[in-house]
Amino acid sequence: MSEFIPKPARPAPATEIGVIGWARKNLFSSIPNAAITLLTVYVLWSVLVPFLSWAFVNADWVGSTRADCTSGGACWVFISVRFNLFMYGFYPEDSYWRPNLTFILLIGFLIWLSIPRIPFKKIGAILALTVYPVLAYVLLYGGFGLEVIPTHRWGGLMLTLVLALIGIVVAIPIGVILALGRRSEMPVVRMVCVIFIEFWRGVPLITILFMASVMLPLFFVGGTDADKLMRALIGIVMFQSAYMAEVVRGGLQALSKGQFEGADALGLSYWQKMFLVVLPQAMKIMIPGIVNTLISLFKDTSLIVIIGLLDILGMVGQALADPAWLGYPAEGYLFVAFTFWIFCFSMSRYSIYLENKLNTGHKR
Amino acid sequence: MNPNNRNGLSRLFYNPTARSLFFQALILGLLLYFVMTIVGNVMTNLHQRGISTGFGFLSQPAGFGISQTLIEYNETFSFGRTFFVGLLNTLLVSFLGVIAATFLGVIIGISRISPNWMLRKISMVYVEILRNIPLLLQIFFWYYVVLQTLPRPRDSLSFGESIFINIRGVFLPKPVPDAGFSFYVALLVASVVAVVALTIWAKRRMRDTGQQFPVFWTSIAILLGTAVIGFFITGRPMVLDYPELRGLNFRGGITILPELIALWFALTIYTSTYIGEIVRSGIESVSHGQTEACRALGINEGQRMKLVILPQAMRVMIPPMTSQYLNLTKNSSLATAIGYPDLVSVFAGTTLNQTGQAIEIISMTMMVYLTISILVSMFMNWFNRRVALVER
Repeated sequence: MSEFIPKPARPAPATEIGVIGWARKNLFSSIPNAAITLLTVYVLWSVLVPFLSWAFVNADWVGSTRADCTSGGACWVFISVRFNLFMYGFYPEDSYWRPNLTFILLIGFLIWLSIPRIPFKKIGAILALTVYPVLAYVLLYGGFGLEVIPTHRWGGLMLTLVLALIGIVVAIPIGVILALGRRSEMPVVRMVCVIFIEFWRGVPLITILFMASVMLPLFFVGGTDADKLMRALIGIVMFQSAYMAEVVRGGLQALSKGQFEGADALGLSYWQKMFLVVLPQAMKIMIPGIVNTLISLFKDTSLIVIIGLLDILGMVGQALADPAWLGYPAEGYLFVAFTFWIFCFSMSRYSIYLENKLNTGHKR
Repeated sequence: MNPNNRNGLSRLFYNPTARSLFFQALILGLLLYFVMTIVGNVMTNLHQRGISTGFGFLSQPAGFGISQTLIEYNETFSFGRTFFVGLLNTLLVSFLGVIAATFLGVIIGISRISPNWMLRKISMVYVEILRNIPLLLQIFFWYYVVLQTLPRPRDSLSFGESIFINIRGVFLPKPVPDAGFSFYVALLVASVVAVVALTIWAKRRMRDTGQQFPVFWTSIAILLGTAVIGFFITGRPMVLDYPELRGLNFRGGITILPELIALWFALTIYTSTYIGEIVRSGIESVSHGQTEACRALGINEGQRMKLVILPQAMRVMIPPMTSQYLNLTKNSSLATAIGYPDLVSVFAGTTLNQTGQAIEIISMTMMVYLTISILVSMFMNWFNRRVALVER
């Protein structure tokens, strides 16, 4: 009796594996599919090739005047000549180290707090929320021996970051209080919070900024010359805290009722219940929402151009109006778009990463 | 501590009802004080500056022109009229934006789950790029970069000598009503009524007998048929007013401002990325078992989408969709940055500068957006109740 020797399995046909198999399955699975593939490739080709040759191949990168832009492609000289203005606005040049140091410290704190493996998170968080804001204020504005630099000289990307960060940091506690108020059992508190939240969420940020710049001065005794940046910030914080309140409310609602009842049964007071039991759990659910709010706030800060503050978009707009550099709006706006995109995209990736990391399997 | 040992005051202090009443009264008092202070300050400040309050300014003549007016308007009309002109312009761009963004968004959303790898990746890149760039920047880009490449009026792009595109906008022929126009309108209204009746009848028949009726195509046929045949039966009740190049620009016809186009494109593209994601997650939220059940029942692909998947996906999609529409309407206020005459630009901009009535004008503008928000969210709540799963 001969032993049964199975033949080795035949390899899959060449059309089913490797690049060809993949392409057949994903690109040419049917005639309409193949048509779509060819069409998209054609469109992509006809858009990307001219764009890339304009932006990179034929572009001018070095120089100092518009006379250096001769090759017919993008004139990135426009950006490089004014790069400092786009970053710092009219901040005095010999003090650039101050915003630089502020943001290096910020990045240090962010790394400390956002990378899970680094220990002492609690100390980091406390330092970041107490010492850092004071330090940043002194560094950016002045005082304690540093030259005072009034806020109307701030501008560029620095101003964008300042607005977005202050907006979010101040909005979080207000948002938490509003959200708690909205779920309160006291009808007056609930009503006040609901009206506050729905009011700010119902109107466009522009009208809020208009309000902050023309109406707010009337609200204070003789406060007609309040700082322009301060007024914009008040508007942004109001707007942002209403959105933050809804994020927090989402987090609170996601908690099971048993947590509230358990805390009550243990005899915890309202604030103990909230700060020791409810909020620590809700925070985990809220973090992606907070990051998303930060992204939209970051994009929305560009609206302050309309009330005359010069963030990065405003600085570029001003540079475009310079008679010496007329005719480079595409370069200018693409540069701003790219800057915003880098920030927003990395934040959204981080939010997705967090969502996956914090998903402890309790998702229903 | 033994509760009996407490005296009256501390008992009151530990009584939840009393505490809550006290706390609420405190908050109300503080709020009232805050509001009174602000009102007082505003009054003193206004008095010092010699600004009179009240809405009397609304009936004064405006004295400025507006580049796009959907209702009759010129410099002699009142400031109140500018409010409505601006409001209508806001509603126009929001309406156009909602329609286009939904259309584009649905295409993007479906592309993101397409079996075609290329399409999937391209739509992903589209969403990831355009969602992460501020809307204002996109508006600027369309207005100052893309639309500036259009030719000057003299070298306009022309389509059949009736549609012209140049740097000043798009010029379309304008239908002008002629004799018999009201009869034609009546005919069109009748056809719409017929379509509604047909839909109700078809739904009832499907419920009773299970038979389907091609409502969509029949409706299209009825509407188009009435529009075309009725046009000739009533003796061509409209003539077209063609735009003509006179001097430096076109006259006559309908002018679509470049500001409107830039704003419309930017709003559409920006919002479509969000709508695309909503559509994708809506369709993905319908469990795969539904698809398998459809195949088991022998329901074909088109019917599966239309009768099984979409109705279930809709329930997930409608609430975020409505809030996107609301966002689009609110974002249309960015018009003021490029000078499209919307509510904020005309009323909270020019009118405010001319009259100085900051409080009245900003409040009116905010009230408009608030009213729209409240109306939409009321609709959304009603809709949610209607489509919510009835759980037992």
